[in-house]
Amino acid sequence: MGKTTVALALGLAAARRGLRTIVCEVAHQDRFSRLMGREGVGYEETEIADNLGAISLDQQHTLEEWVTYQLPSRRLAGLLYRNGIFQHLTSAAPGIKELVTIGKIWELAQLHRKTKDARPYDFVVVDSPASGHGLGMLRAPRTFADIARVGPIRHQADRIHEFIVSNKTGVLAVALPEEMPVNETLEYSEEIAAFRGELDAVVMNALYPERFTDEEIESLNGHGGPAVRAAVTEHHRYLGQQAELERLKSGVGSVPLTCLPFLFVPELGLDEVTQLSHTLEEQLA
Amino acid sequence: MSVATLLEGKEICICAGAGGVGKTTTSAAIAVGMARRGLKVAVLTIDPARRLANSLGLPELGNEERRIELDAPGELWAMMLDAKSTFDEIVEKHAPDAGTRDAVLSNRIYKELSTAVAGSQEYMAMEKLHELHEEGGYDLLVLDTPPSRNALDFLDAPDRLSRFIDSRSLQFFLAPSRTGLKIFSRGTGLVFSVLKRVTGIDLLQDLSDFFASFGDMAQGFRERAKAVKQLLADDRTTFLLVTSPAHEAVEEAKFFRDRLEESGMPFGGVIVNRMHVEADVDDPGVPDGLDPELERKLVDNFEDFHALALRDRQNVERLTGDIGDRPLVIVPYLDDDIHDLEGIEAINDHLFATGAAAQTGAE
Repeated sequence: MGKTTVALALGLAAARRGLRTIVCEVAHQDRFSRLMGREGVGYEETEIADNLGAISLDQQHTLEEWVTYQLPSRRLAGLLYRNGIFQHLTSAAPGIKELVTIGKIWELAQLHRKTKDARPYDFVVVDSPASGHGLGMLRAPRTFADIARVGPIRHQADRIHEFIVSNKTGVLAVALPEEMPVNETLEYSEEIAAFRGELDAVVMNALYPERFTDEEIESLNGHGGPAVRAAVTEHHRYLGQQAELERLKSGVGSVPLTCLPFLFVPELGLDEVTQLSHTLEEQLA
Repeated sequence: MSVATLLEGKEICICAGAGGVGKTTTSAAIAVGMARRGLKVAVLTIDPARRLANSLGLPELGNEERRIELDAPGELWAMMLDAKSTFDEIVEKHAPDAGTRDAVLSNRIYKELSTAVAGSQEYMAMEKLHELHEEGGYDLLVLDTPPSRNALDFLDAPDRLSRFIDSRSLQFFLAPSRTGLKIFSRGTGLVFSVLKRVTGIDLLQDLSDFFASFGDMAQGFRERAKAVKQLLADDRTTFLLVTSPAHEAVEEAKFFRDRLEESGMPFGGVIVNRMHVEADVDDPGVPDGLDPELERKLVDNFEDFHALALRDRQNVERLTGDIGDRPLVIVPYLDDDIHDLEGIEAINDHLFATGAAAQTGAE
């Protein structure tokens, strides 16, 4: 769907507006680096542009850090974290990964950071997992709050859940102009509405431009060759995409919708993401 | 190369790859194609997004296999994993008595965990695969997995579960509060007291009740997990990596292939979807006598598509160099969205190298 690209573009736009921003990926894929044409971003918060940090979360670091924050000393934390029983439990327990991931994202967004010497951010952009797993991550604190009933986990999970459902958090869905992605986005839109209220925005990504009129395509009737075939194909896909755009529009109702163009370049880089960030900024402002 | 050749003698075909590369449609297409070749095939999706029904032109699918009408010598069945129902069914089936069954099903932690999508999905996918393979009577199971990184969780699931049940860990949680601890060393007692600070004593007690409610059933989970792990590594299974020709997707496919090899799971080949082939020539061949404005637009448009075609070709060449002797099947970017059986046939011209596509699509 282009979630990573849109997340980075959004981060660039926010940083330009003077917000101290961080973009955060959750599955240790290090895609931001490639888009920015730079060296790897890992678990350390790394400055990748003016006012813009990046972090790539992985389960191991996230869990270790989480344990450290729960205990008064590093020694005790290490004792627990390195214990085989604890490791077996946390790697087997469903949802732990999601819980510590969303917990870290929450921590990034706090004014008073738990991370040593870390500065607070005004804005945290998360490149979430795909729709079903992304929702699972957002729901994890609620689930664990209910599992724990009382005690420290309950207390903390409640705080994270409240943050997710408050107006301090926004959810933006990224769609592509094809039938299945639009269906998936509409389904996601319903589920997120049931969980925490309507989507805050939808981005329709990678739309072809309108290059030819119907008349021009008709006038090519009877002609052949690669350029004509490419034109007919482009126009056909353009029309199909417009139909999907209309379907998305009517499906999401009053949710603000922004369109981003398909960029005809072999690979997206910093220039293209910057270009997209300006489009997003104009449309979402 | 036809996918049918890749699947000869296989009982399980697992489609994996990055998000948005057409995995679900490809899984459905493979199932249709193999049913056309006379097999009894079931396609199941473990991705919590509901695309499989979509790609088969159905309004919905459930946790039970459903027969799809197909004018073919074989049979086509499809289902979408519902983790909660699967978990409940397993408990009902394997509980030694009604008391154990009710104790598990009514346990508060069980209810929370089995309903939460995150995490339990992978375990239930494993259980479902085991059940369908053992009891379904299918010639071939086609599995549509979530995007790569989450699919890896599925591959690791049997190990994670077995390790927990095998080790002392389960014992630890079965007897956390009082006398049971005496069987552990002092070090373990210390870990217990540290853990208690993190979770609170109530959660540990609740966890203990939760694990205790399973009783001997835990061993059954462990045995099935081990069986699935063996099945995934068996010759009867093959992993097909589905990708688009975009750089990122190709890198993801390579990453996944490496992970398969590390864990000793059989990598069958690669399917490249959405290949831009329409402008993969140097000469646009613009017809004579067109309006100059239209001619300019035709050339601009051609050049854009030509650049994509070149990129796709280069990325696929890189991938081909990387996968060694494993086959690569190419499906071009088709003009229409695939959302019914008819569209799937268009894909299968390429996947199964039939008709005109045999000359152009499969190299």
